[in-house]
Amino acid sequence: MIGRPSWYVATVMAIAEETANANRITLEVPGWPGNDAGQHLDVRLTAPDGYQASRSYSIASAGPSTKVELAVDKIPTGEVSPFLVDILMRRDQLEVRGPLGGWFIWQPPTNTTDARRPVQLIAGGSGIVPFISMIRSHQAAADSTVFRLLYAVRAPDDVFYKHELEQAQQGRAPLHVHFIYSRRTPPGWAVPHGRLTRDVLAAAAIPPGQHPRLFVCGSTGFTEQALSWLSELGYDTTDTRAERFGGS
Amino acid sequence: MAFITRGFGSRGGQRDGRLPPGQTQVSDWPVLSAGATPQVQTQDWQFTVATETGQHRWGWNDFRELGMEDFSVDIHCVTHWSRLAMAWRGVPLDAVFENIDTSYGFVMAHSYGGYTTNIALDELLDGQAWIAFEADGKPLEPEHGGPARLVVPHLYFWKSAKWVTGLSMMSHDAPGFWEERGYNLHGNPWTEERYS
Repeated sequence: MIGRPSWYVATVMAIAEETANANRITLEVPGWPGNDAGQHLDVRLTAPDGYQASRSYSIASAGPSTKVELAVDKIPTGEVSPFLVDILMRRDQLEVRGPLGGWFIWQPPTNTTDARRPVQLIAGGSGIVPFISMIRSHQAAADSTVFRLLYAVRAPDDVFYKHELEQAQQGRAPLHVHFIYSRRTPPGWAVPHGRLTRDVLAAAAIPPGQHPRLFVCGSTGFTEQALSWLSELGYDTTDTRAERFGGS
Repeated sequence: MAFITRGFGSRGGQRDGRLPPGQTQVSDWPVLSAGATPQVQTQDWQFTVATETGQHRWGWNDFRELGMEDFSVDIHCVTHWSRLAMAWRGVPLDAVFENIDTSYGFVMAHSYGGYTTNIALDELLDGQAWIAFEADGKPLEPEHGGPARLVVPHLYFWKSAKWVTGLSMMSHDAPGFWEERGYNLHGNPWTEERYS
């Protein structure tokens, strides 16, 4: 997007429980140049003895604001995410660098050819976060591109941005959200719980004939599996944009 | 730096001197790729070096016959993880360039799937880089760049192109895929050349 990403001192403006295991963290970042939907940033924590730890997080917000929102899922064996979820408080400060990433992004199209190509988003678990920023940009622009989100999650309580996703489906830009619950469904849900399968993907996603732009974000295992199914189902995956997380 | 985040403490113990700044050691092997994973069959695999005078081309067996060696290196990903003393097996680029004459000083690595990354030729020679076929004692998995990937361990790991299929010599340095999208042209982990 813009020039060299710099380090900024960010102040925590708000923390809200997103799920039992994840928090939504709103930062005020003076000097932040704004970010495209789908970009990420590096968080750096410094201990009194000078020890530092850095990790990358997707940004849930998009646009020119200096208010930057993250949604962080706690990895119990991790070092940075347990701190961000369990210890970080309002008015604390940390350092961030960004915005980062010029590939896994979505911008409202400026010409009508792009606008006719629908967008299929496929999220596994906390892989939803960059898609929240894309959906927010899409809604804010009242853009006519068709968006479909396939969101695979363990149980209803694990859904991030539940209310906002419901509202966006009634919003100014066309969005349909299809949930896949792997462990437990909401009461009265029409299909039993179960992992994403190739058949479910085929039934839920925008058909290959419509040549959708594909974005996939989730754990490495989830992402690799979804990408190989998309390829088997006849999607053109040459310009698929994928973001994998896990490991650390 | 005077900056401190309240409540954040180091976990104690000595930081391993093999870890560059901003890196955390992992024992598993995270995957980072921009898109889908190409499936390349070894019988179809080709490797090409294009110079100002022509092309040198190898198939799977010819290339491996250039001479495989075992090597153990630390790898450092720009997304802050490092793996230390990782076991690899592959052909050193010194063997690849042994009979190649070029006056050009820069290389663009090309991969199946379209990925590219730029590296100076003198950072690929003298035992600094390999075309690797095995890691951790097993053939490279497709998600980790199999059947063959470039390994340039002294630079951030996006320079170690997965699914590599060739090198083109260039008279001047030019950005590859990630370098065009904000990553540093060079990528030295010890000076944190992460972004441009």
